Amino acid sequence: MMNREGRATAPTAQGSEGAVATFTGNRGLDIEEPLIFEVGSGEVTGVDIDLPEAPENRLGALARKQGIGLPGLSEPEAMRHYVRLSRKNYAIDLGIYPLGSCTMKHNPRLNEKAVRLAGFGDIHPLQPESTVQGALELIDTLAHWLKTLTGLPAVAMSPKAGAHGELCGMMAIRAALEARGEPRSIVLVPESAHGTNPATAAYLGYKVVSVPAREDGTVDPEAVKERLSEDVAAIMLTNPNTCGLFEPDVRAIAEAVHEVGAYFYCDGANFNAIMGRTRPGDLGVDAMHINLHKTFSTPHGGGGPGAGPVVLSEALAPFAPLPFVVHGADGFRLVESLDDDAAGEAFGRMTAFHGQMGMFVRALAYMMSHGADGLRQAAEDAVLNANYVRACLKDTFSLPYNHDRPCMHEVLFDDSFLKGTGVSTLDFAKAMIDEGFHPMTVYFPLVVHGAMLIEPTESESKASLDQFVATLRRLADAAREGDTERFTGAPRYTPVGRLDETRAARHPILRWTPEQNASQAAE
Amino acid sequence: MRYLPLTEADRKAMLKRIGAKDIDALFVDVPPEARLDSSDRPVDLPRRRSELEVERTLTRMAGRNVSAGAVPFFVGAGAYKHHVPATVDHLIQRSEFLTAYTPYQPEVSQGTLQYLFEFQTQVALLTGMEVANASMYDGSTGCGEAVLMAERVTKRRKAVLSGGLHPQYRAVVENLSHFGGSTVHALPPAINGEEDIVSAIDSETACVVVQTPNVYGSLTDLEPIARAAHENGALLIAVVTEVVSLGAVRSPGEMGADIVVAEGQSLGVGLSFGGPYVGLFATREKFLRQMPGRLAGETVDGEGKRGYVLTLSTREQHIRRERATSNICTNSGLCCLAFTIHLSLLGEKGFRDLARLNHHNACLLADRLSGVKGVEVLTPAFFNEFTIRTPKPGAEVVEALAEKGILGGVPVSRLEPTADAFGDLIVVASTEVNTDEDRDAYQTALKEVLA
Repeated sequence: MMNREGRATAPTAQGSEGAVATFTGNRGLDIEEPLIFEVGSGEVTGVDIDLPEAPENRLGALARKQGIGLPGLSEPEAMRHYVRLSRKNYAIDLGIYPLGSCTMKHNPRLNEKAVRLAGFGDIHPLQPESTVQGALELIDTLAHWLKTLTGLPAVAMSPKAGAHGELCGMMAIRAALEARGEPRSIVLVPESAHGTNPATAAYLGYKVVSVPAREDGTVDPEAVKERLSEDVAAIMLTNPNTCGLFEPDVRAIAEAVHEVGAYFYCDGANFNAIMGRTRPGDLGVDAMHINLHKTFSTPHGGGGPGAGPVVLSEALAPFAPLPFVVHGADGFRLVESLDDDAAGEAFGRMTAFHGQMGMFVRALAYMMSHGADGLRQAAEDAVLNANYVRACLKDTFSLPYNHDRPCMHEVLFDDSFLKGTGVSTLDFAKAMIDEGFHPMTVYFPLVVHGAMLIEPTESESKASLDQFVATLRRLADAAREGDTERFTGAPRYTPVGRLDETRAARHPILRWTPEQNASQAAE
Repeated sequence: MRYLPLTEADRKAMLKRIGAKDIDALFVDVPPEARLDSSDRPVDLPRRRSELEVERTLTRMAGRNVSAGAVPFFVGAGAYKHHVPATVDHLIQRSEFLTAYTPYQPEVSQGTLQYLFEFQTQVALLTGMEVANASMYDGSTGCGEAVLMAERVTKRRKAVLSGGLHPQYRAVVENLSHFGGSTVHALPPAINGEEDIVSAIDSETACVVVQTPNVYGSLTDLEPIARAAHENGALLIAVVTEVVSLGAVRSPGEMGADIVVAEGQSLGVGLSFGGPYVGLFATREKFLRQMPGRLAGETVDGEGKRGYVLTLSTREQHIRRERATSNICTNSGLCCLAFTIHLSLLGEKGFRDLARLNHHNACLLADRLSGVKGVEVLTPAFFNEFTIRTPKPGAEVVEALAEKGILGGVPVSRLEPTADAFGDLIVVASTEVNTDEDRDAYQTALKEVLA
């Protein structure tokens, strides 16, 4: 999660003093790699296909006559192309990836092995149910773990990502209100919320009313009460919130919301901090999505795929969407149609098929490995690591809130420690890249100026954190000592320097074209 | 616990540095009445288990499923069994791809950004469109987003859906439309592809959604529909659930589609019981700013060196919040990569040969099955999938075939449970994985089941 509004980067020159330009443009292990369209050929293929001499063709007038223009690569060429590209990426397997609100934790390879078992990876969503009993058992087992951990009685498994889960949860709320004959028109969203929250509420036709944060970064139940009425459908509250704080008045807020007949939607992006320590069901939550790709370590894969099951309270459970797994006389069975007697008041369908099975397998492997005790330990270590970073940096960096309340799994700083240095939050982030670290989340949440949100996760050792905070302290000192160029010229040791994002947006080039390639060759 | 690096000594030292007496001191903001106890089992779930134990449990569960590669396999209807080269799965497990986040810091994400740019180009070429995004969750959610986009472009609120659209895609669109307050006019199921969709288009229609090959396998000429849509100021959304078909049939772009959404699962991704998959989304350049989802774009650094960034994010939720084009936050990154590697390996020649082989195998299978007494092939023009009518209920036939070790297709009653007239229909798919032995086995088993 990151916000870059109004902070498109300006390009910077790269290369250190005295560097010698190479003839190839390569720099040792950093190898230039063109696009496949510039190296592949339509005649080359990396897949041998035995086509009969006279294949049947009954396509008639609909047969393709035009070429497509796809380049092909032999297997060794393809291997080299993508391995070279891979080396231009930072990754959790390379080092700390402290993006706040993203929970970049270790991705165990047992999970990858399990998902590739033929009995999970090579089964079709519409095979007869009698041939997928193990798959349905897995979904049912994962559902049980999620319900037990959250203390809520139902879960909709099909949403494909966190934002999709949000949409699902809010649809369940809307369906419940429609069933009560009072659709309502307002959703309350604290200003520190993820952008997906207001986008989701707005999609469903709700008017979004913002709730300001208190001076300590938490939501004031009085501010909520002032905005509550019989026309409020729900509040969408992130807890722990995006400032890394547990909302201390969460139960009072839930009670007030329920008093006017509204529902409490909890953004569960930060569940990693509290699993095994408290259950959202005991906090008054009616619906909460769980990002399996954050809390339960299914790999982020460069931006997806994710998975966002939604746990639901008793009040919302009947409205859970299709499909869901039930125990029938002959084992497990899927309820896939609104005409099924078991469908009840299901509101409809979020997606074709049954959800992100590949993510379910990984998440269950992760949860079983930890067990109830290990999950709580993971939450505690995540919170401990964040508080340790906070303790090690609080005299150097600036904390936006003047209190000693502990943070949860992430710690929020603002940019006041950089005031007058000529170094911005973005510059600071880019200098971290040169030091070999992925930056923290910057400019989010929007409620503080120049935000820096650090989420180390439980995957970091103390030694790793010590090295990280020592580097950040050195950088903060360098900024204050006027070593501005270190920051404004960063990053220097990356495959490309700071890129011109304004140009990318003003003159969008979103695909390769032969013409563009020809004009570049002519230059 | 093997995934947690902190030792007890570390924890103590760190608490000391923080100035906290114990770990509970860090959770003081949790209301006391909602705190779980600090026993070994704070919730009623099992304790930690070794890698060996977890693997054993999951392997047993997996063993209770019949995998596609283990039997003669003919199931399709929106997800297809194709051979994925070993290179694909090796490459997508590279740590730098698998364990990277969304490429928000482009200087350390050029690997992801460049493959997304390659992916966008491949998708635009395949669909015959000008621009494509960096993927949607899957084909069905992409279809829903396409309808919303058409409503933004035309400022109209009605979608007309072909009866050949996958019923679960239809359900996704209906659900979004219900909650978004717009109208859906869905035509009845069109098994052989014949329907009068043109007369359903009027001056209030935002879009017409037509799938080809349709869910029953039938190919549709989109040109007359595109013409009628455009005459009425509506957009044509073409849906493709079998992307391999684009190697053999005319592209939707060539036939006049304004938005193309496709399920990309067939290339690189695998069946995985329905997800994760990868939604392809392409459109005309003039609609670019109404397109949902992430986009990678080309730019330069200070030395003029080419590089890639996420761009046009002013459409997206993290900037526009309640005014965003969509609430979508993630794409299907790693599945894009699998798609793009598989397609790069195939190339023009391999992809078109693959499509020819799929069509060829389906033709051979249709001939075999129509030779079984009482079985009728209903689909006049198909790519790699068609619908048969059998003298017994389709669901019973499919179940009986499964007992004989053949996964023979999808009964239409599973897709359209209320359409009683279609209870004896089965959708049957055949891809490059099927052999003569598979076809023999299917034909023989079907004869026995129907005897």
